[in-house]
Parts: sequence; C-alpha cells; structure tokens
Amino acid sequence: MSTNNKTLDPAATTASQEDISAEISSIHEDYRQQVLTGNKAETQPRVDFAPYRSSLLRHPTKNLHHTDPETIELYSPAFGQRDVHALESDLTIQHNGEPIGERIVVSGRVLDGDGRPVAGQLVEVWQANAAGRYVHKRDQHPAPIDPNFTGVGRAITGANGEYSFTTIKPAPYPWKNHHNAWRPAHIHFSLFGTDFTQRMITQMYFPGDPLFALDPIYQSITDQEARDRLVATYDHSITSHEWATGYNWDIVLTGSNRTWMEEEEGEH
Amino acid sequence: MAQAPELKLVPTPGQTIGPFYGYALPFAKDNELVNQAHPNSVRLHGVVYDGKGEVIPDALLEIWQADEAGNIVSEQGSLVRDGYTFTGWGRTAVDNIGHYTFTTVNPGATEEGKAPFIMLTVFARGLLNRLFTRIYLPEDTAALANDPLLASLSETERKTLIATREADGSLRLDIHLQGEEETVFLSYPRES
Repeated sequence: MSTNNKTLDPAATTASQEDISAEISSIHEDYRQQVLTGNKAETQPRVDFAPYRSSLLRHPTKNLHHTDPETIELYSPAFGQRDVHALESDLTIQHNGEPIGERIVVSGRVLDGDGRPVAGQLVEVWQANAAGRYVHKRDQHPAPIDPNFTGVGRAITGANGEYSFTTIKPAPYPWKNHHNAWRPAHIHFSLFGTDFTQRMITQMYFPGDPLFALDPIYQSITDQEARDRLVATYDHSITSHEWATGYNWDIVLTGSNRTWMEEEEGEH
Repeated sequence: MAQAPELKLVPTPGQTIGPFYGYALPFAKDNELVNQAHPNSVRLHGVVYDGKGEVIPDALLEIWQADEAGNIVSEQGSLVRDGYTFTGWGRTAVDNIGHYTFTTVNPGATEEGKAPFIMLTVFARGLLNRLFTRIYLPEDTAALANDPLLASLSETERKTLIATREADGSLRLDIHLQGEEETVFLSYPRES
C-alpha cells in the first residue's frame, strides 16, 4: 500500500492535455444540449468527472438521498475570538521576514442563499506560495519553499459577513493528473454557515487565468456562470497606495433550513 | 412538510479539498471532542474506502453532534480544545491506512423517542464536493425503526448509516465512497 499519487492513479500522466481537454469539451457539450432541452442549469461541480482522474473511484454512483434536516443538522458549531486571533488573517506576518511575491488583499462577504450575512463564523484559507509550492511534505514540486510564508490563514466573519485576508498571490503549479498538467493559481477556502448542512470547501481563482480552460477541477463545474462564481474580481477600492493590490470575492452558501422549518413548526 | 422557500442567491460551487490540506486544516486535539480521560469517552472510528475497496489515505472528516443529554451546544473553543468545553464539533485527517478516530461521547436523543445520530462530512482528494451523512447509534432499536430517513432506505442501505458497538464500547463505522457497500450520502432542501 503506497500513498504515492502515481500509484493511486494508474491513469495519471498517460493522457495528454489534448486528451483531457477533448473529454472536458465533450461533457460540456452534452451539458449545453441538456440545458437547451430544458434541464435546470447546474450550480455545483459534478462529483463524477472522469477528466479529473482521482475522482473515478471516489464519487458515489447513487444519487444523493434527499432528506429533511433534523435537530443537529439545523445548527452549526460556534467559533469566535476564542478560536482565532485577529492577526491570523494576515499571512504575511507569520515569520521574521517578509514573504517573497506580490502582496494582495482578498476581501469579501459570506452570505447565505437568502442573501443574509453569515456573521461570527469561521473562514479558513490555505494556498501555495509565489513560486507555486505548498508547505506540505507530499508536495514534491521543485520550486522553492519561502521560509517567510506558510500559506495558512483564519478569520472570523464580521457583523455583515465580511472577511479580509492579506497574503501573497499564489502561483500555478504542476500536478500528476495527466502529462504537463498545471493548476490555475488558487486559494482554498473552508466555510461554515448557520446550519452544518451549509458546510463547504472550495477554491478561489484569479481573473483571466490562461489555465482555466485546461483544468479538469475547475471545469468539473459544467456551467460557465457557475464557474465564474469562483473567480475573484480585481477591485481598486481594496487596492492600497504603495502597499497591496486588492481582490473582492463574495461567497454564497446554501440556504438555511432552520428559519422556515421553525416557522412552519409554529403554525401547527 | 411544506415546500422550502426559493433561494434568492445562487450558491457558490464547491471544489475538492485537494491533496495539500494537511498543514492547514488539522490542529492539536482536533479529533478530541472530549478528553480520553472523560469517564464517558467513546472512540468513534472506521476506515474510508474507494470504489475498488482500497483505503483512502487523504480524506478529512468532520463530525457535529449533540452532547450526552441531547443538547445542541453553542460553545466557542473547538480550535483551542481546553479539555473542559464540549463544542460538539471535531475534525480529523485519516491516517496512511485510511483510518479515522474521534474521541467523543454518545450523543443523547435531541427529542424524546428520536434516534440519536452524529452528522458526518467527508472531504477528500479526488472528491469534487463534500458529502454529508449520518452515523446512528445502534442501541435504541425502537427509535431506529421509527426514524424517517432510515425507513426510506433498503436494509443494505440502512446498514451503511448505523454504527456497530464494539466490545470495548467503541463505535465503528466504515465509509465507502463507492462500490457495493456505498454509504448513503445525503442532500438537503435549499442547496440550489
């Protein structure tokens, strides 16, 4: 039993980018035809998406079982100032020196599907450094580790659901899905809502990345409008004079079920 | 059950947790909802498998549950784990052989006659979006028989959600992302 990625994915590295891109195009074309015939637009990635080879044996083949949330599922764990220090949202001050790279600020709001701010809740981020290297023992990409950059941050959202991270713009990096595979630059985000059923982990991308079309993880979202929701916007009002450029990215969680189910309960 | 109201905003898509969360998301005592020395501490454990029955060594699991009396708590402090505050939430990365362990307590019934369960969320490299499921305690067979979710499942499916009580009091439940023993994963209203 090995934990080597190549061993886990025997298909890895044998396919070319052209093969992967052709598979993606074919799935997307089928999706467009389905929408034209009246199917609802998809808003989430497909878990069954063969161009991302590691997904082949790791997705459920049965439909998710629809259930009405009960008790614990209508609530979420509480996080707050006890859990997270305010300085943890600045990824550039965790070591003795300044990290190398392009200093950026990423700010936005966490909202629920009703447009309500998710206040006082935990946001976690992690990312590669300016050379495309993660501080992770299994990242073997021969790019330099930056001794002044770990790439991990946390924040608690404010009263209006707002968050803000100061960091370094991550670089693209190679991976073993297929030959010459490169991930677009991204920041991983982990989010909680007011109900634990809103829990999500996702990736934020940067506008105009030339690797978007080639990436089977990003393209596992078949709908262009849905894919666009993962791309931050350059925002000059977040950019600060002689200090950092700024990006805005708002995150929308699924809808809370507590309020409407309680209201209904009250009507009996 | 009434129809859930329409969403005003479209939810942001999820993405895989990827392979490199290991230095970012785990934290000290992340899987200890209670200290092992707690008189009623229970080990909840199992193995995460893929569709070929191979163990998955790069999954991250989270649980969320009521306390022993069935209270849903709202306590900060999960990330600092002082050993005294029960927050009801825990996280763990599986080990190299796909095995996970939480130290917790048996959740109580949140309402009289309800079957107690623990909510579980699964993230993994290769899994493009998180999965939700439930881990039921095996003891209250009358409550299990009356549970609306379990009642809507076949016997084979039902088994994937009910933990086994081991001789030492541990709860055991394996997770199968795919295959003959595929775990029943859940969706909820208002996801899109």
